[in-house]
Amino acid sequence: MSKFNKKKDAALPAVNTASLPDIVFMLLFFFMTVTVMKDSTLKVENLLPNATEIKKLEKKDRVIYIYVGKPTREYEKTYGTESKIQLNDKFADASEVGDYILMERAKKPQELQNVLTTALKVDKEANMGIISDIKQELRKVNALKVNYTTYEGDAFRNLQ
Amino acid sequence: MPKRGAPPEVNAGSMADIAFLLLIFFLVTTTIETDAGLDRMLPPIEPPEEDVVIKQKNIFQVNINRDGQLLADDELTNIKDLRAKAIAFLDNGGAPSGTADYCNYCKGARDASSSDSPSKAIISLKNDRETKYGTYITVQNELVGAYNELRNREAQRLYKRNFTDMEAEFLNPETPDDVREELKEKVKRIQDLFPQKLSEAETSSN
Repeated sequence: MSKFNKKKDAALPAVNTASLPDIVFMLLFFFMTVTVMKDSTLKVENLLPNATEIKKLEKKDRVIYIYVGKPTREYEKTYGTESKIQLNDKFADASEVGDYILMERAKKPQELQNVLTTALKVDKEANMGIISDIKQELRKVNALKVNYTTYEGDAFRNLQ
Repeated sequence: MPKRGAPPEVNAGSMADIAFLLLIFFLVTTTIETDAGLDRMLPPIEPPEEDVVIKQKNIFQVNINRDGQLLADDELTNIKDLRAKAIAFLDNGGAPSGTADYCNYCKGARDASSSDSPSKAIISLKNDRETKYGTYITVQNELVGAYNELRNREAQRLYKRNFTDMEAEFLNPETPDDVREELKEKVKRIQDLFPQKLSEAETSSN
């Protein structure tokens, strides 16, 4: 019996936390490598549609982003619930897209100016009318390469 | 002089705290990358110099209305059947053997009233201003899928691998240059077999 009793009086040994920093560092490096810094705050709802036949946008410095969607709740009062275009940090009209593209293009180094892609990040609830207006503007400034940014997933889920 | 002992150990107890601080910073600023999508080329705005006459049978007209219903070649079609229909149209190869347009790799029905050859076949996509973007993307996805399926078939036949893999490797900047050079030709050849002719007409407003 005494065999079992003995253990009871020994104090509970402290858990060894020496490897905790290693674990935390591991997590840290993981997040450091997958991190992409946000460059503009979204003012529109941006739930992208799904598609399967997608290609990755490889080089970030060759991409110009255009966001489209309903204004988020805090902007709903001032801008309404119709889909809006967001360029950088501002709401904009379709007619301003051309100027924006030219401005962004001028900021890029010379050798990249001809290989730029316009990434359209459009909420799946948006109407095609606004997209057509953007496309028309893009054609006017000869920015013909576009990428409809999507999530990877079953495309038929967009229909629901 | 007193004998010096071993140097005192640095207290690393707060390392975990520092690491946690950094970790939380990166956790908060992280957005997992979503940047992938459907690549498309818009048509240039200047109209072509001369009007090209295209035979009606070489055009596959896809119309999407405001309720997301689909009219493909004048038939009401379910979006799920669109890919098969597009493949049948592109792969038809209706030109009789011996003519310049004859397509020797097509495996379609060779129906004289459908497209002559893949290089002649054009898919024209039209949509309403009130069509949902999600529906539009689904249709685009199916049409691009139809092209990819046919290209994969030819790539499997010629090079024993999928076209989409080859193209992804070719576009990946980490691929060594000599491999890319070799892939470039193969990708080009497959693309020429089934050129992507997807015209997007301006939206109709009614």
